[in-house]
Amino acid sequence: MSYMPKSPWLVHYDASSCNGCDIEVLACLTPLYDVERFGILNIGNPKHADIFVVTGSVNEQNKSVIKNIYDQMPNPKVVVAVGACASSGGVFRECYNVQGGVDNVIPVDVYVPGCAARPEAIIDGVVQALGVLEGKYKNMVKVAK
Amino acid sequence: MGERTIIPFGPQHPVLPEPLHLDLILEDEKVVGAVPSIGFVHRGLEKLVEKRDFNEMIYVIERICGICSFIHSQGYAQTIEGLMGVEIPARVKYLRTIWGELSRIHSHLLWLGLMADAYGFESLFMHCWRVREKILDIFEETTGGRVIFSVCKVGGLWKDIDNETLKRIVTVLKDVEKETKKMADVFTRDYTVQKRTRGVGVITYQEAIDLGAVGPTLRGSGVVQDMRTLGYAAYGDLVFEPIVEKDGDCYARTIVRVREISQSFDLIYQAINKIPDGEIDVKVKGNPNGEFLTRLEQPRGQVVYYAKGNGTKYLDRFRVRTPTFANIPPLLKMLPGADLADVPVLALSIDPCISCTER
Ligand code: SF4
Repeated sequence: MSYMPKSPWLVHYDASSCNGCDIEVLACLTPLYDVERFGILNIGNPKHADIFVVTGSVNEQNKSVIKNIYDQMPNPKVVVAVGACASSGGVFRECYNVQGGVDNVIPVDVYVPGCAARPEAIIDGVVQALGVLEGKYKNMVKVAK
Repeated sequence: MGERTIIPFGPQHPVLPEPLHLDLILEDEKVVGAVPSIGFVHRGLEKLVEKRDFNEMIYVIERICGICSFIHSQGYAQTIEGLMGVEIPARVKYLRTIWGELSRIHSHLLWLGLMADAYGFESLFMHCWRVREKILDIFEETTGGRVIFSVCKVGGLWKDIDNETLKRIVTVLKDVEKETKKMADVFTRDYTVQKRTRGVGVITYQEAIDLGAVGPTLRGSGVVQDMRTLGYAAYGDLVFEPIVEKDGDCYARTIVRVREISQSFDLIYQAINKIPDGEIDVKVKGNPNGEFLTRLEQPRGQVVYYAKGNGTKYLDRFRVRTPTFANIPPLLKMLPGADLADVPVLALSIDPCISCTER
């Protein structure tokens, strides 16, 4: 496959996280980690994105937003759940307004552990997501043929 | 009267990492009204006190917000210690002050970066975050975590910082201070920055008081109020003056934060000079019974904690009133009359932290 693993674009949404994971996602883009040098761009428009990075857990209010962003992304697409909250609900899983991990609403391909997830772990998660993305793309091509 | 349009701002918006949602009512390019809606990040963690005992609860409380997580845990510990009448050792007070002020520096640098990003100054954003990493390195070295530390507990701390390390921290901070000064110049003197911030979103002295603003939003309008003057932790032993600016616009709020960063450096140096040796925790006996209320100064402003115990290890009620919640009315006051293009700058000027607001 050609271009995608070389320059994957991602869209980030903070579902109901504590900000800890969000600022670590942002830290990946800034000079110490600087994933932009690999062509990874964080963009605001879901229609341009290949990878959906979600932090935080799901509740009634943001369910539709997550679903909406996911549906707007073109195929093939992968979802990375960053942090304990996005994976399972984390420390908040017993709260009355938390329904658990992001996989309750959309299919998740890569789970990144940690509370807060470290930038290294997040980058690793995105790199693994690239593999999944490539697989999905190949499948699409096969089906098309 | 022109045609009215309603434009949704958020919850997923490129400027803010967080889901702040505003419905902006526009007449052509001018904002005439704004309706906020919240609830995207509400978790209901205050109610968890019924399921977690008062010692465990601190780890939930520090996840109210990942940016001021240390100050949240400090506030919770302080509330429960006050409730149970626990006297904590002096060294704990100083260490809490040092970590608290480091958190303030990291939070303000983060905010300066986001603010620069809001008016499109990408390279300044990168510089702020690059410098901020050095503070995070200190956190990682002393606590093991970059943003969530879990180092505070009811009755003291889990970890000490030895005096050698404290000395080294001073040298690192001196470097960081130099770099911050350079960036501060851009925020205060740069022509384009001033164009976007001066005279934008003015809140007068009286409005700030009437609307109940807190923190830099309040001090930017000339009101002298800083909870650290109450003298909690080690602040009673340190010399400092609340930082106040007169103009009440986005520029004034930026300057307050820029100056607060230098103030925090100074407070840390003072604290490291004076820190006494000693224990880092005391045994806490029994269960909390009664009520207590504490106020602390977070990077975003005053935060209030209230706890009510009933003699069991589970609290009856725990309540946090966070600074962003108090700063939303001033934001709604700033928006009418502003240009649509200025909305991100205005929204950021109160330093919104939605996960604090909604808990
Ligand atoms: S996993 Fe931890 S750090 Fe990340 S959003 Fe959840 S509580 Fe915050």
